[in-house]
Amino acid sequence: MPQDRNVLRESPSQTAGPYVHIGCTPNFTGIDIYDGDLGTAMKTGPVQGQEITITGTVFDGTGTPLRDAMVEIWQADAAGLFASQNETRGASDPNFTGWGRSPGDMTTGEFRFDTVKPGSVPWPDGRMQAPHITVWVVARGINIGLHTRIYFEDEGDANAADPILSRIEHQNRVPTLLAKKTSEGVYLFNIHLQGPDETIFFDI
Amino acid sequence: MSGPTLTPSLGGYVPRDRTWQPDALTPPYKTSVKRSPSAALLSFPSSLSEETAPIFGHGILGALDNDLLHNFATQGQSAIGPRIIVHGRVLDEMARPVPGALLEIWQANAGGRYRHKKESYLAPLDPNFGGCGRTITAADGSYEFHTVYPGPYPWPNGMNDWRPAHIHFSVFGHGFAQRLITQMYFEGDPHIPLCPIVGALKSQEAVDALTAPLDMHRTVPMDSRAFKFDIVLRGRRQTFFENRKDGM
Ligand SMILES: [Fe+3]
Repeated sequence: MPQDRNVLRESPSQTAGPYVHIGCTPNFTGIDIYDGDLGTAMKTGPVQGQEITITGTVFDGTGTPLRDAMVEIWQADAAGLFASQNETRGASDPNFTGWGRSPGDMTTGEFRFDTVKPGSVPWPDGRMQAPHITVWVVARGINIGLHTRIYFEDEGDANAADPILSRIEHQNRVPTLLAKKTSEGVYLFNIHLQGPDETIFFDI
Repeated sequence: MSGPTLTPSLGGYVPRDRTWQPDALTPPYKTSVKRSPSAALLSFPSSLSEETAPIFGHGILGALDNDLLHNFATQGQSAIGPRIIVHGRVLDEMARPVPGALLEIWQANAGGRYRHKKESYLAPLDPNFGGCGRTITAADGSYEFHTVYPGPYPWPNGMNDWRPAHIHFSVFGHGFAQRLITQMYFEGDPHIPLCPIVGALKSQEAVDALTAPLDMHRTVPMDSRAFKFDIVLRGRRQTFFENRKDGM
């Protein structure tokens, strides 16, 4: 019999269910036992770089907006540094957390993040990745959280050279990863769980 | 001084075992039908964007954040229901403890009712129970919280579906690739094998991994029963770099 690899199995995922907001954004649901909901403010003071707003909606396969989703984003600061204990390349912007969490609007489901345009971050082989934001979506009916990324449509040269975007087989789906610039500093990024405009989701 | 030394360093995250994790589409859980991506996921190795994650210090925690019996209760009151302690450790796939992991938990009250506007189950709210809490793991990955045993509740899916008693967990590790939401079930609950959400799990072993046994060793006599629930997050490969002293 082969030797035991001495590894454990990852805990299996289960859906966040319809009441994820009770646990993760309790103030949003009217339960005010904490000072505030985590991830509400990504900026804790004056920040470096361009301040931007990203809004969007999560749609199901019938085109219906989800109103019970939770969207989280994680990103580098304007210089490409993360506010993380695993960041070894330098100190990130002290007034930028890099992490945001949005419960979506109570009636429309629209999520919103007030953040900064991220700088570039290297790929494991040293090439630079295009500016991007890591996204994680959970909701009732989603058995395991969905990862995707926001890239920016106005970063054409960087996107063309990006190690991930450039190797996607179905290039006609790449626009599902591009935030649309609707005005200066304002971007729209809708997420389609299924259907003709299905967002590219990642297995990272 | 006489030669290179080998220093372990953490590489990329080990890929998620998709043959073990539930699929997106599990038709007996009806809501998954239109909320499941149909295209294949795009696989690529983790980069800094997934190998980093926000830091949550113990400073964010209030004194009662891990005490659901009291964190919503009027002074001198306490939530109604069987008192329990839930404890365990957060480890990675290489069995290394994960210290500093933020756990956020939510659950129904002892009658099976959530404190939420969209909740319509006729079981009553408990005025002294909010249903949420949080804690951060210690240096050895351990955690615990105090709460009431949640009630099973009916839900609109099949004609007569009931959720087993459960507690929802949201977990942050050290990398965004480890981000996980799951549910803890209780040993011996007859609803477990009947539930379409549990049914998304692919094996009895996976169901067992989410089923907390009664732990009499941590039970406090005349006070609270205890249940033990360990959580495993994705692990990173260990690679060995040769470090040479300057000038060598
Ligand atoms: Fe639940």
